[in-house]
Amino acid sequence: MAGLSNSLKDNPRLDRWLKFCDDRTVRVGTGKVELGQGVLTALAQIAAEELDLRIDQISMMSGNTAEGPGEGYTASSWSIEHSGGAIRLVAAEVRELALKQAALRLNASPDELSVVEGVFLRNGTPTDFDYWAVAGDLDLAAEATGTVLPKSSNTYRLVGTSVPRLDLPAKLTGSGFIHDMVLPDMLHARTLRQPGRGATLAALDEAFVRRKAGADISIIRIDNFVAFVGADETAVRAAAVAAADCAVWSDARILHPEQATAKWVAAQPSHDRLIGAPVEEPAGAHGASLTFTRPFLSHGSIAPSCALAVYRDGALTVWSHAQGMHPLRDNIAKTLGLPPENVTCHHVQGGGCYGHNGADDAALDAALLARALPNQPIRLMWRREEEFGYEPLSSAMTVTVHAALDAGGRPRDWTTEIWSAAHGQRPGVGGAYLLAADAMKEQPPERKPFDIPLERGGGADRNGIPLYDIDAKRISYHLIHDVPVRTSSLRGLGATLNVFAIEALMDELAAREGEDPVSYRLSTLSDPRARRTLEKAAAMAGWSLRDAGGAGRGLGIGLARYKNSSAYAAVVAAVEVDEAVRVTDIWCAVDAGLVINPDGIVSQVEGNIVQAISWTLIEEVGFDPQGISTLDWQSYPVIRFSDIPEIHVELIEADQHEALGVGECAGGPTAAAIGNAVAHALGIRICDMPMTRERIMAAALNA
Amino acid sequence: MSQPFTLTVNGRDHSLDIPATTPLLDVLRNHLGLKGSRYGCGLEQCGACMVLIDGNAEYSCSREVGTLAGRCVTTVEGLGSPEALHPLQRAFLEEQAGQCGYCLSGILVSAKALLDRNPNPTRADVIAALDANLCRCGSHPRILRAVLKAAATLRQEVA
Ligand code: FES
Ligand code: FES
Repeated sequence: MAGLSNSLKDNPRLDRWLKFCDDRTVRVGTGKVELGQGVLTALAQIAAEELDLRIDQISMMSGNTAEGPGEGYTASSWSIEHSGGAIRLVAAEVRELALKQAALRLNASPDELSVVEGVFLRNGTPTDFDYWAVAGDLDLAAEATGTVLPKSSNTYRLVGTSVPRLDLPAKLTGSGFIHDMVLPDMLHARTLRQPGRGATLAALDEAFVRRKAGADISIIRIDNFVAFVGADETAVRAAAVAAADCAVWSDARILHPEQATAKWVAAQPSHDRLIGAPVEEPAGAHGASLTFTRPFLSHGSIAPSCALAVYRDGALTVWSHAQGMHPLRDNIAKTLGLPPENVTCHHVQGGGCYGHNGADDAALDAALLARALPNQPIRLMWRREEEFGYEPLSSAMTVTVHAALDAGGRPRDWTTEIWSAAHGQRPGVGGAYLLAADAMKEQPPERKPFDIPLERGGGADRNGIPLYDIDAKRISYHLIHDVPVRTSSLRGLGATLNVFAIEALMDELAAREGEDPVSYRLSTLSDPRARRTLEKAAAMAGWSLRDAGGAGRGLGIGLARYKNSSAYAAVVAAVEVDEAVRVTDIWCAVDAGLVINPDGIVSQVEGNIVQAISWTLIEEVGFDPQGISTLDWQSYPVIRFSDIPEIHVELIEADQHEALGVGECAGGPTAAAIGNAVAHALGIRICDMPMTRERIMAAALNA
Repeated sequence: MSQPFTLTVNGRDHSLDIPATTPLLDVLRNHLGLKGSRYGCGLEQCGACMVLIDGNAEYSCSREVGTLAGRCVTTVEGLGSPEALHPLQRAFLEEQAGQCGYCLSGILVSAKALLDRNPNPTRADVIAALDANLCRCGSHPRILRAVLKAAATLRQEVA
């Protein structure tokens, strides 16, 4: 079975992936889920291509633990590489099986047959047979062999075209979200969150809460997990607000404002590891080093987390918008002490998801209530304050980049030194678990110090290795375990700050040599795809006309290959800086290898750029003694329409290369390009994100 | 404390017997089954819940329904349906303006209010009209293009 992806090795049965349905469609299963990134449309294109079907002959079944394949989490831009690869092989194999069966029935040789829109043609003439006529004779319970060669990319008719998103029409006309689901006799629910592991509810004035609710509600308490349940959502919400105001907790977590800073995080005890080249810095090497920071960040989905659940006859069914239904099932089963086969999880689309947010936790909340109230469908939703206050954060980070230079002023030895809490703490990974498990009498053991290893894309150290030609490159990673908040994955993970730092130092090194930043990079960059991407972005932006800068306008560039193994992106940013930074234009070139859906990729990249502008210039989580203090959109502002620059994205033709994940490739380069553009505009470098008005003013005063 | 009253939504009268303090958003979603207006923050800060009240784009998440007797409420469902899309919805589809789509109901409603009072908006006008609406996915560039495109289509239809 050489060549089979893990997705297929873990789910070898063909019928987990493909099923011929009575309505003359083909149902394609995937463990990957739609998060607003358009993945289901792209996967449908891959299946339709291999099976010679129209796109509307495919229906996607995604994130279904009862019937579909398990593929872990939808994360780190792996979907097209993993799920797409599996679907391509399975579809090619099933097409071949069906074709052979049809040949048998038609007494023809398989070579005489072809398929158009699911109908078999014999020497170009339609026959009476189609997929559905022979489907009953196919053994799809068999395991994939992976031996049938998929089509070659130069024969593609659907892959590579901008098929419109399958889910958008519903979302433009008022439906399409888990939040809209209604089950018969459904009750609404909101929770009272435990303020930290180990906190105990000492008192709750239930009479006050009921009075504030104004309608009939139940108060469910399971150890230190408390929720308000009732038919009237307005009342349930009012109860939760009142309870948060009046609940008395003992041993609640107390946070301090300084703990929200990268500086505080970097000063904590760490688990250290060295990755890459051994340290051997010859004496007398001349070099340079710079230190960069960024604060904690929120995912801040516009849609609060939501889940539905019902418990009947010992079986639990959960509907969730989390990133992986199979892991969710296992984690819920574990917390509830149910056998996993008694738990079924279905994915239903939710709001934009940019990493590990509160979705999984809300699903456990709903499951706990469903089990406490058997036969009673529960719809649980988080409040905005809960979303900001309890979803996992993206860790504050400090990165110092050191370069030792050769005689020509090129880096010869490079260290990226990182201080950060973990970026990969999804439930089930490294001892991490779902939030409400902390509230149970039997608490899970404390999670262990763990971050995603670099071989699997890395966590805080993601993209810590520069892609330039440097003899010795290494990462020195100080993993800080003891931070007072949960941290986990946000789009790009550590790559955002690592690329920001690496690309800033490259600009500084170019300036020392009196060279242009683009030509300096090219002089030490042999990867042809990286070169082409960089040159393309520079050309798009008219880089050759770039002036000396320093007059409040700047042009900066940033380049990276996401995870050092996925899509390449180069970004040029144009900024105007007076008191604040204003990004006026972004030019971005992307090499994503074989492109499944060009417009879908451009849309993803645009979104990534907009989000990265927001991280770089605006966003910052704060703490106060009560916990996270940035609990609404006023205290946690994000980019608005008035801050959106002109964004130009172009894809580089690279169809001969395999398809690469693209949804996170532009974030680091965008942050870097803005950082370098601001330095170009001001003649001084701001090393701390976000580059707020206050930081600009302070830097200008100190210059 | 509740007293039956009439609320007009998308041109239809609904007689309601619920507390006058109930937020309009809850009434739309839970009492009238119109799920298009969305709960994002409940704080009048994100715009996901926006509806038209007598033609103006307004937040519905904290608006007490009792204040709306005799007023006309229009939700995204009142703009168009999958079978008969409003030119704005059609333009959003053509531009593939939206990633997760959760913000879109509110944004469509804000854009409708703009185009009703200003059929010939500039990009700056559109930005100003949408600045109360957050989109976390970064679909802004496409949304701006789509609104301008819909404006052009509507002008042609009138001409
Ligand atoms: S839900 Fe009304 S403004 Fe956010
Ligand atoms: S498309 Fe997701 S919030 Fe706008």
